[in-house]
Amino acid sequence: MTDQLTPVLTETWDVEQGWKLAPYAALGGYAALDTAFAMSPDDVITAVKDSGLRGRGGAGFPTGMKWSFIPQDNPKPKYLVVNADESEPGTCKDIPLMMGNPHVLVEGVILSSYAIRANKAFIYIRGEVVHVIRRVQAAVEEAYAAGHLGTDIHGSGYDLDVVVHAGAGAYICGEETALLEGLEGRRGQPRLRPPFPAVAGLYASPTVINNVESIASVPAIVRHGAAWFASMGTEKSKGHGIFSLSGHVVTPGQYEAPLGITLRELLELAGGIRKGHQLKFWTPGGSSTPLLTAEHLDVPLDFEGVGAVGSMLGTRALQIFDETVCVVRAVLRWTEFYKHESCGKCTPCREGTWWLVQALTRLENGQGTEADLDQLLDQCDNILGRSFCALGDGATSPISSSIAHFRDEYLAHLSHGGCPFDATRSTAWSGQEVTA
Amino acid sequence: MSTPPILDKTLDELREIAARYPEPRSGLLPMLHLVQSVQGRITPEGIEACAAILDISPAEVSGVATFYTMYKRHGVGDYHVGVCTNTLCAVMGGDAIFERLKDHLDIGNDEVAVQRQGDSKTVSLEHIECNAACDFAPVMMVNWEFMDNQTPDSAVQVVEALRSGHEVSSTRGPKLCTWREAERVLAGFPDGRADEGPTAGEASLAGLRIARERGWTAPDPSEAPAKETGQ
Ligand SMILES: Cc1cc2nc3c(=O)[nH]c(=O)nc-3n(C[C@H](O)[C@H](O)[C@H](O)COP(=O)(O)O)c2cc1C
Ligand code: SF4
Ligand code: FES
Repeated sequence: MTDQLTPVLTETWDVEQGWKLAPYAALGGYAALDTAFAMSPDDVITAVKDSGLRGRGGAGFPTGMKWSFIPQDNPKPKYLVVNADESEPGTCKDIPLMMGNPHVLVEGVILSSYAIRANKAFIYIRGEVVHVIRRVQAAVEEAYAAGHLGTDIHGSGYDLDVVVHAGAGAYICGEETALLEGLEGRRGQPRLRPPFPAVAGLYASPTVINNVESIASVPAIVRHGAAWFASMGTEKSKGHGIFSLSGHVVTPGQYEAPLGITLRELLELAGGIRKGHQLKFWTPGGSSTPLLTAEHLDVPLDFEGVGAVGSMLGTRALQIFDETVCVVRAVLRWTEFYKHESCGKCTPCREGTWWLVQALTRLENGQGTEADLDQLLDQCDNILGRSFCALGDGATSPISSSIAHFRDEYLAHLSHGGCPFDATRSTAWSGQEVTA
Repeated sequence: MSTPPILDKTLDELREIAARYPEPRSGLLPMLHLVQSVQGRITPEGIEACAAILDISPAEVSGVATFYTMYKRHGVGDYHVGVCTNTLCAVMGGDAIFERLKDHLDIGNDEVAVQRQGDSKTVSLEHIECNAACDFAPVMMVNWEFMDNQTPDSAVQVVEALRSGHEVSSTRGPKLCTWREAERVLAGFPDGRADEGPTAGEASLAGLRIARERGWTAPDPSEAPAKETGQ
C-alpha cells in the first residue's frame, strides 16, 4: 500500500536553504543527468511515456507522447518552454515549488531538453512573483557554475542554455500559444492550431511546452524508473501530484499525494472544514473547472474520476467554500476576472464575458426574473465551444455548474431583493471577535 | 516621482536583454520592465528606445505595453500595494482589506496616495487577481513580494510602516525593495537577494509536516518493479 501522502517535489521544502544547489545535490540532485546521458534521447522519452506522466498544467495530456511529436527530421532548432505562468484562480503549487526547490525544475529542464534534443530552453514565469524569479535565476546561475548547464554538460557533448523570462501580467499567457506570443515580444493572444507548437511553436520551430510540475516530475522518473512513478496513482492517472487546499479549511496548504486521493481524505488531513461550518461548494482544479459540492467528497481526484462527475481535475486547485459564502457573489467575481482577462481576439468571449458580468450583477442585486437565469445559460451556450481558446469555455464553467447545483440560491436573491448573505461571516477572522 | 532620462548605460542593458534571445524581439517584455525600473513607468521615450533597438515601430511596442497589466502608464508609489480580490481571497477578507486601504489612503483603485509631511516614501494601491498564494489568503503583494494572511489592521500597519520609511520584510521573502528595484530583477538583472527569506511558508509545508509525523514517504525505489509493467 502506498502512503496517503507521497512527498517527492515537496520533499525538500523544509530543508534549511533548500533552494540552493548544495542541499539539493546532497539529496541526489542532478544525479539523473548521467543516467540520462547514458541513455539515448529516445529512451528518455520512452521512460517518460512508460511512467504514465500526464501534464500537470490542467489538460492532462501524456507528457512522453507530446515529446514524441517533435519531428526530429525537421532541421530547425528545437525548444523547450516551461509554462510557469500559474494564474488560474486557485492554483498555487508551481510558485512554492519554484521558491522552495528550483533545482528540481532546472534538472527537469535539462533532462527534458535532452530528450527532445533542444539546446535552448525558456522558463516563462509570471512577473508578479519577484522572489520566485530571484530563486529560479539563482538556481540557473548555480547550475551553470556547477557544469550542469552550458556546453558539453558532464562531458556528454550535450549543450544547453536556459533563459529565465519574466512575464508582465496576463492570465491568457498561460495558454500555451499565447505564451509563445508573449515570449516572442508580442501581445499575448492565442494562435490558431494547427499547426501545433510541436511542429511550429516558438519562432515557428518545433517546441514543447510543459507545466512546471510536469517538468519537475521528470528527474525522479529518470532516477527511480518509470515503474516507480507508475506504482503511485490510479489506472490512467499515474504518479504523485500536488493538491492545493485553500479557503475554509483548518489547515490550508500543499498536500502531495498519489492521484486518486479524495477530497474527504484530504480534508481529514487538513483538519476538516473550519469549526462550526459545513462544506458548501469547491473547485477541483481552479475556477475554470465546474463546481462540485459535498455530494462529491468521495470522487477520486484523478483525470477520469473528476471527469465522470462533469468537471475536470485541472490543476488540483481545491478552493473550499463553506455555507457562509454566497455562490452568486463567488461566481460573479470569477466572471469579472474572465472579462478582465479576455484577450479580445474573438467575439464570443470578448462580448460574451461582458454580458455575463452584466447579467450576474443584476442577479446578485436581486433584480430580474427567473427567465434571466435561463437567458444566462443561453449566453453560456453561445460562448462554450464557440470561443477561440479555452479561456472562453472556462468562463462559463462556474456559471452553469452553480446554476445546476444552486438554482434556488439564485432565486432567493430575486425573492429577497438582493443578496441574502452576510459577507463578513466568510472572512478568515470572522468568529474570532465574537468569542462569547 | 522623478523620471530620469534613458542614458547609454540603460541602452546598453536593453541591448543586452535583446541579445539573450535567438530573436531580439523576444526581449521586449523584460526590456519594458527595465524601462520601468529606470523611469518609474512606460514613457514615450522608453517606447522609442525599445523600438529603435528592436527595429520595430513605436506603435508596435506601445501595443504590447498596453496589453500587459504590470506596465504602468502613470507612475506608482515607491511601494505598490496589490490586494487580491479574486474570489477565494475576496471571500476570506480581501474585499474588506481593499476597502479599508482605499479608505485609509483616501484613494481609488490604481492611484498613488498623497505623500504627507513626514512620509519618506509613497505608496500606491491596486486590486489584483489571484497571485498563486490562495493557501495564504487573504493575500496582499507589495512590489510583487508576498504579504500573506493579512487582515485590514495588519494591512494598514504595513502601509504606514512603508510610508514612514521603516524596514518591512515579505512574510516569506526578503526585505522589501522599491518598485523600481523589483522591476530591475524582472528585467533579468539579479539583485543578490535570492537567499533571503525561508525555503517555504507555513501553508506550503502543511502536507509535508503530516508526512514527516506519520512516516509517510513516496514508495521505496528499491521495491519498485525493475521493468515497466506496460499498460
Ligand atoms: C486560459 C488558460 C490559462 C492557462 N494557464 C496555464 C498556466 O498558468 N500554467 C500551465 O502550466 N498551463 C496553463 N494552461 C494550459 C496550457 O495551455 C498547456 O496546456 C500546458 O502548459 C501544457 O503543459 P502540461 O502538458 O505539462 O500540462 C492554461 C490554459 C488556458 C486555456
Ligand atoms: S476565448 Fe477569450 S481569451 Fe481566448 S482568444 Fe477568444 S477572446 Fe481571447
Ligand atoms: S485568490 Fe488570492 S491568491 Fe489566489
